[in-house]
Amino acid sequence: MSALAQAAPGLGDDAIAERRHGLRRRPGGRMPRPARIGLYVFLFTAALMFLLPLYVMVATSIKPMEEIRLGNLFGLPVRITLAPWAQAWMSACTGLECGGIRAGFMNSVAIVVPSTVLSILLGALNGYALSFWRPRGAQALFVVLLTGAFIPYQVMLFPLIRALAALGLFGTLPGVVLIHTLFGMPVMTLLFRNYYAGVPHELFMAARIDGGGFWRIFVQLMLPMSLPIVVVATIMQVTAIWNDFLIGLVFAGHDWLPMTVQLNNIINTTTGERLYNVNMAATLLTSAVPLAVYLISGRWFVRGIAAGAVKG
Amino acid sequence: MNVSIKQLAVRMGANTVLSDLDLDVVAGEFLVLLGPSGCGKSTLLHAIAGLIDTDAGSVHIGGRDVTWADPKDRAIGMVFQSYALYPTMNVERNMSFGLRVAGLPKAEIARRVERASKMLQLDPLLARKPAQLSGGQRQRVAIGRALVREAQVFLFDEPLSNLDAKLRTELRRELKALHRDLGATMIYVTHDQVEAMTLATRVAVMCAGRIQQIGTPGEVYARPANMFVAGFLGSPSMNFIEGEIDGTAATLGLRPEHIALHPADGALPAAQVTLVEAMGAHEVVWLDLEGHRLAAIAPAAGVHAIGDRVGVQMMLARASVFDPVSQERIERSAVSFRRRPR
Amino acid sequence: MAATVLWVYVGSVLWSVRISVSSSRTLPIGDYVGLRQYARLFDSERWTLSLQNMALFGVLFIVACLAIGFLLAVFIDQRVRGEGVLRTIFLYPYAMSFVATGLVWQWMLNPELGLQATVRGWGFPSFTFDWIARQDAVMYAIVVAAVWQACGLVMALMLAGLRGIDESLWMAARIDGIPPWRVYASIVLPMLGPSFGTAFVLLSVSVVKVFDVVVAMTQGGPGLASEVPAKFIIDNLLGRANIGLASAASTVLLLTVLALLAPWFYARAHASRRGERVARALRASETPGMAA
Repeated sequence: MSALAQAAPGLGDDAIAERRHGLRRRPGGRMPRPARIGLYVFLFTAALMFLLPLYVMVATSIKPMEEIRLGNLFGLPVRITLAPWAQAWMSACTGLECGGIRAGFMNSVAIVVPSTVLSILLGALNGYALSFWRPRGAQALFVVLLTGAFIPYQVMLFPLIRALAALGLFGTLPGVVLIHTLFGMPVMTLLFRNYYAGVPHELFMAARIDGGGFWRIFVQLMLPMSLPIVVVATIMQVTAIWNDFLIGLVFAGHDWLPMTVQLNNIINTTTGERLYNVNMAATLLTSAVPLAVYLISGRWFVRGIAAGAVKG
Repeated sequence: MNVSIKQLAVRMGANTVLSDLDLDVVAGEFLVLLGPSGCGKSTLLHAIAGLIDTDAGSVHIGGRDVTWADPKDRAIGMVFQSYALYPTMNVERNMSFGLRVAGLPKAEIARRVERASKMLQLDPLLARKPAQLSGGQRQRVAIGRALVREAQVFLFDEPLSNLDAKLRTELRRELKALHRDLGATMIYVTHDQVEAMTLATRVAVMCAGRIQQIGTPGEVYARPANMFVAGFLGSPSMNFIEGEIDGTAATLGLRPEHIALHPADGALPAAQVTLVEAMGAHEVVWLDLEGHRLAAIAPAAGVHAIGDRVGVQMMLARASVFDPVSQERIERSAVSFRRRPR
Repeated sequence: MAATVLWVYVGSVLWSVRISVSSSRTLPIGDYVGLRQYARLFDSERWTLSLQNMALFGVLFIVACLAIGFLLAVFIDQRVRGEGVLRTIFLYPYAMSFVATGLVWQWMLNPELGLQATVRGWGFPSFTFDWIARQDAVMYAIVVAAVWQACGLVMALMLAGLRGIDESLWMAARIDGIPPWRVYASIVLPMLGPSFGTAFVLLSVSVVKVFDVVVAMTQGGPGLASEVPAKFIIDNLLGRANIGLASAASTVLLLTVLALLAPWFYARAHASRRGERVARALRASETPGMAA
């Protein structure tokens, strides 16, 4: 700063200091100090408000019921107890049974894994076919697929129930997996089709010249190339299927209820006193997997949103 | 309006991009800042524009100290590589937006827009959006945006780099004509030496944050101040031959057009042709002269073929001499230059 | 194989529509009763209420998400420190299921032990925040929960859009002397039109499908005050064994979604066709010299 003062005497040091303190080499211009502070205040407050429910969940889940009854939502726990967590996992009551949400966890895993794998495989296959092999009516198919991604499930529920019942799959694990795969197909197909649209067509043509057929090109060329989009698709599907409620409610039958359905049962169908700490623990347990996926995947999660949003 | 820069320093983080830079731009001239990527030419332009703040030194435009002035108060207009036209506004609004924000009366805005539009032949395009314009049309709109601000100094940040070769040559000529018609001061940044040579009244060759040489295109081409400038201008670039003059080590710089090829007789130094590039109007002949790799320009006649032996005549009167260590130009006659064999 | 899926989709939709014009109750009946189910539907107070709730929810939810999401994106785009952390914080609710969201907010808005009680405990005995227990305010409570979950999504979309804006545009605006707020209002917002469009469509589809959060948070209550169409359908389909009615309701829902999507599809197709036309015209008009 003194060098500048030497070079340009007459320019008040204060003026220079003020300008240089607010200095940010931003193409849109320097932001005055007070505005910058206001910006941080706003963002900080907003962040706090977004984090509040998470804090409440965690805090409530480790408080004993006596503290909760005091009605202080935001207070830090005086006595920390992990009993609610154990109870939520192993002995919380969902309607008739009191086996905790652990069974739901297993069910969710059993549902999510095959559904994700199948819907991604099929989506990749379809996307690949639509992208490179351009069957007749591909354009129309595309539009229908796009619409299919948006359709409310309710409109297809009853026919699907009947169809599954006829196949003897209603209320079974394969039945649920089938439905999830079915409903995941449009989005996955679109996702992969858009991705493959970015692959140079020359690559495909070179493979054909080399003698590759439909399956060979898919398995040996396209699939290995698709790793980034497979990661995105996995994140999207795992999150969506784990968090699903409706399909699990309708198609999973009594034996295969996923965690979300069991969670709702635990909390909303209780007789007697509601154990809020157990409830919150159960909620956290149910959200643990998707939250973990979210935190680990970071940028990929956002890419999933962008990819899903730019459907078509 | 002239532009005067004194002892300018710009630091980006830990990097010192420009230090102690002086530059005087004469009013009405077309100054080209030429140099490779990373040499600081864009930074210098942005500092003149006021888009980045400086760490030391001063910028004066038209005699006014604008070192801490906002870009909008510097009477400048700027054309960017991507033209940066407001995509959701049509041409007329693109040009008038700044004036409307400044609160100028409608009649005045209309007058200025009309004048600029006439000068740049934008009248039939006024209702179009940027997406409906060709590259050349967009450039004119970008210039028009600067014109309506009654800018005295026009800054260009590599505006032709995004275009294909044919369009580039068209727009280069348009720019030159525009400069002639407007008579405004123009500062133009590019890495393309052909653009620099054809457009500039003066060229400032930059490297690593310093101006290596500033002068007319002819000066900079014929009498480069150091080996960097010598090698940067001209295509194919200048040949450098190590040797000595009267006992002192020296590097000879000889342009390909100053080497004449004759049939090999005993009198001239003999070289072997290693490659011939046919350019239509002339040929570039690559030679191996006792281990030195040289390029020579010969009239296109299909005379030379790979493997030929030719006699090399060097026009030493047009050559430059450089100190091999400092790479600076030495004012010595090259007549008594002796090659050092490789 | 895509064709098979297609057949399943189209087939089930058609089958549903077929049932909706029959008098099916527990099991499908093959008779044809015209639009009687639809008439019954719109006579039903519960259905009308659910539509009203959905409309109210839709407007508030979409407007709030778009506004808050946009603001958050703009603020984060100001080269703030800790941008990554902030983005993570605003987006994490979207990773949670709607059920979990509903349950958390059900707990937080609990009048006896939640927010209301806490603030009263701080010395404001007359503070009331019992929206979730009031028939006239329960939908607002649901809106709060849903906005909390979804505005991170809008923020992510807007941020992507903002980042797609060339830096030189900002520099040009600065040279033109345009203040930053004006740049956002007159230049950035219009440029983000497509992002807003996409966000709007995604949010609207969520509005039509809204089910999980209502079931988890209020079970449609108090009474029927937070009934929504999706829940109406499920209840009639599974609980009250009234599949004709439920199918009619589903068809109405489907038509609503199609009505929302159609303009968006049309706009995108129109834009891409126009883009092709412009590109062709430009290629044709590229002539040397100053000629336009």
